[in-house]
Amino acid sequence: MSKGRLIAVFAILLGVAAFAGMAVYGLNNDPRELPSALINKPFPEFELNNLLAEGQTISKQDLLGKPALVNVWATWCPTCRQEHDDLNKLAKQGVTIFGVNYKDDSIKAQKWLTELLNPYALNISDPKGTLGFDLGVYGAPETFLLDKQGVIRLKHVGEVNDRVWREKIGPVYEELLKQ
Amino acid sequence: MNKLFLALMLSLAAIFPAAAAIDTYEFESKADQERFRSLTEELRCPKCQNQNIADSDAEISLDMRELTYRMMIDEGKTNDEIVGYLVERYGDFVRYKPPVDKRTLLLWYGPFALLAFALLILVVIVARRRKAVKALGKNELSAAEQQRIQQLIEQTRENK
Amino acid sequence: MELALYIPELGHLALILALCFAVVQAFFPLIGAWKADHHWMSLGQPAAWGQFVFLLISFACLTWAFMTDDFTVAYTANNSNSMLPWYYKISAVWGAHEGSLLLWAFILAGWTFAVAIFSRQLPEEMLARVLSIMGMISIGFLLFLIVTSNPFERILPQSPVDGRDLNPLLQDFGLVIHPPMLYMGYVGFSVAFAFAIAALLGGKLDAAWARWSRPWTQVAWAFLGLGIALGSWWAYYELGWGGWWFWDPVENASLMPWLVGTALLHSLAVTEKRGLFKNWTVLLAIAAFSLSLLGTFLVRSGVLTSVHAFASDPTRGVFILVFLLVVVAASLLLFTMRAPSVKSKVGFSLLSQETLLLINNIVLVVATAMVLIGTLYPLILDSLTGAKLSVGPPYFNALFNPLIAILMLALGVGVTMRWKNTPVTWLVKMLGPVLLVSAALSLLLTMLADEFNGAVLLVYFLSAWVVFAGLRDMYEKTRHKGFWAGVRGLSRSYLGMHLGHLGLAVCAIGVVLSSHYSSERDLKMAIGDRIELGKYGFVFEGAEHYEGPNYISDKGTIRVFKGDKQIALLHPEKRLYIVQSMPMTEAGIDPGFTRDLYVALGEPLENGAWAVRLQVKPFVRWIWLGALLTGLGGLLAACDPRYRRKVSTRVKDALTTAKNEATTDV
Repeated sequence: MSKGRLIAVFAILLGVAAFAGMAVYGLNNDPRELPSALINKPFPEFELNNLLAEGQTISKQDLLGKPALVNVWATWCPTCRQEHDDLNKLAKQGVTIFGVNYKDDSIKAQKWLTELLNPYALNISDPKGTLGFDLGVYGAPETFLLDKQGVIRLKHVGEVNDRVWREKIGPVYEELLKQ
Repeated sequence: MNKLFLALMLSLAAIFPAAAAIDTYEFESKADQERFRSLTEELRCPKCQNQNIADSDAEISLDMRELTYRMMIDEGKTNDEIVGYLVERYGDFVRYKPPVDKRTLLLWYGPFALLAFALLILVVIVARRRKAVKALGKNELSAAEQQRIQQLIEQTRENK
Repeated sequence: MELALYIPELGHLALILALCFAVVQAFFPLIGAWKADHHWMSLGQPAAWGQFVFLLISFACLTWAFMTDDFTVAYTANNSNSMLPWYYKISAVWGAHEGSLLLWAFILAGWTFAVAIFSRQLPEEMLARVLSIMGMISIGFLLFLIVTSNPFERILPQSPVDGRDLNPLLQDFGLVIHPPMLYMGYVGFSVAFAFAIAALLGGKLDAAWARWSRPWTQVAWAFLGLGIALGSWWAYYELGWGGWWFWDPVENASLMPWLVGTALLHSLAVTEKRGLFKNWTVLLAIAAFSLSLLGTFLVRSGVLTSVHAFASDPTRGVFILVFLLVVVAASLLLFTMRAPSVKSKVGFSLLSQETLLLINNIVLVVATAMVLIGTLYPLILDSLTGAKLSVGPPYFNALFNPLIAILMLALGVGVTMRWKNTPVTWLVKMLGPVLLVSAALSLLLTMLADEFNGAVLLVYFLSAWVVFAGLRDMYEKTRHKGFWAGVRGLSRSYLGMHLGHLGLAVCAIGVVLSSHYSSERDLKMAIGDRIELGKYGFVFEGAEHYEGPNYISDKGTIRVFKGDKQIALLHPEKRLYIVQSMPMTEAGIDPGFTRDLYVALGEPLENGAWAVRLQVKPFVRWIWLGALLTGLGGLLAACDPRYRRKVSTRVKDALTTAKNEATTDV
């Protein structure tokens, strides 16, 4: 076989292998999963009402001090309902969880928390979705993991269930606790 | 029965974040309107199956269009500033026009490079073929070839 | 009748039998050709018949399941409903993954059957190899169906009482014709591919092969083009925002084989006429089919996000991926081994049709590569760096349009060129008048418009250039007989070419005018409001409740006036399809040769007012009209009787290679 042909054969096999690798990667990943643009950036500044305390406002300061989850949720979101019990469990284990009630009816939200228990240390009311927008939220539920200085370390889209905690969020949370 | 259906439909429409992609924004000038249109066509809805925010019915698209309108008309920001604001929060994913940087060299310059390379090859091929034309000169068929042609023509006549 | 209950099982069985026939078809003729065994080679045709018959049965069984509302079949339950109108039940058969794949396999069997019947003049080994390759492709698809995507799976014992209904977006005439046309094209390229591989295997890559391959390629190409145009037209009137092309991955997946197919058609012309570019032609044939398969992979694997994508499943994705890779690798490796390395001594000068067709191929291949890079780039970047990027219309339009402009420029020059060598004086004589007329006409038309637009001027010029160059060439060829008498004497192949080119020019005009001169307004309209847009006045008369067979809607009424004269009555709708609770917008369109009026309802506001979108889109129909002309041109060319004339192959071969001076018509 001439050298030219040999090179061509090699190039073909290489090209096919490269494409295969890329395709397999693509098959194993959800193309709609959007990584956050805010990883390792500080949590945005905000000042919004406390969902459960009339007249009180919450700002970024209130979220600092220790690693915490910020969970974006709403009553119109069925997955949030599913996730709620898992959040209750995590809260009982001592994980700090802040809530952002995103584009929701405050009355409904309050009722929800009374009925289904409240895992949130604080609950931010975001009826217009302005904080959500600054966080790059496009649906619910979404959960962010902050370190004690308020830098976003991780974002998870979808429900935080047992497996997700064990494999994705939990380990990072433990790391942040040690710092 | 009719009223029930209508009520059902309207209530469902309310639940569905199907605030239609038809907003009723007012624009001072046609240029503004067109700028809004082309900008919203360049921005991608983060949760849709490949739609721009101009055509998408999703609530996040509505929010983004509102923001675009506000920044463009009320705050007088430039297109770059508006896009930058959104990219800060949602990442490069929301731009349908990919940025021209290190990561996208192949994307933006690849086709030009390919075209240039191909035209180069074209030049080489044509040069080679021109030489072949000149080499054959006027007598394109050798005597042996001419004889063969004659033979075949005879044969064809016979076959008919 | 008890037996009727088992029709889905019959369909499944027929599928398996078709696979058996495909296996016979794939291996026996191939070995027969290799061993020069006449009996084994002759097995190809009956095997093709058998495969076709059983796939017909299988397809009929699935259609039966739909027509009889058999919801024990999972596929029917997921894609149909008892309230669905009967004509949509038929098209629902190919409305989702499994059924559309069955349609694909059926059409493949159909093409194979056609090749088996219409190829009497092919030498035995060539036909055997072609059928064999097509048999292998059939095996791939049938295995895919049977193993991962069986349309006949049952839901038993608890079958749903009623189906989940066909996606409302698909409940439309568009679904009836768009996928079948598209698949005719995709699958048709497998014929060109099979011919190319057969030629490589047999070691006979010559002008005769090109002549056999050409009509099949033309028909496939024409269908694919028509299928793409139908898809675009469908999206335009169905989706409610007046767009007609989005550079969506699935759309690109259909465009890429078409672009390569266009290059292939032109390359085949050169190979047939001059015995040149053989390697190019084979590679293009391989590329066209590979891109069809790639398209299948992209659409059905879930690797890229798209509004058109079928519900995905990684197993299926892996299967098609392996199939795709095997086909590409095997055919390219075969090419490197068997492609002729002896270059023909035939030469041509710079000013020749060969050079121009080479330019044509280059531009089309670069355009395809660009679309491919753009479509795959998000995946490439994601797999290498994890970064998520989007590549959309701004990118594709920016790069595609200049390439088409170059192509159109070359087109005008190319049709007037002669083979081998064209004297400059001849060229000037031919194109001089064309240049003048095109420039003058385009300047005139541009000045008539209200606002000057550079892109519009350019496209006017290029389209005029293409059309008048074609006319100039036709005039030149009919000089001795007079134009109309002469035209009747021109070959269908030649006329088809000009029709195809005309279609391109018409399409380009439609694209540029509708893109740049459209008027649009989104606004609130109260009952009785009149809004002026362009030359038209739109009056909103409110919306009423309306009930369809499987939907309820708000049906709006908008009257359109030109001055005081009413010229159109439009009924845009906001529908809610009951079963899936899916809202949908039906635009109200007044189609016209020179403009479309397009209105859509948004959201209801207070007091019966609605948010309304009004659009005036000049010349938008020319886009699909142009595509239709191009498709017809391809079909016309394929009907050229010279492809069916029985010419002694020995003489034909000899004359082709000995003949250096070719005729000037294509």
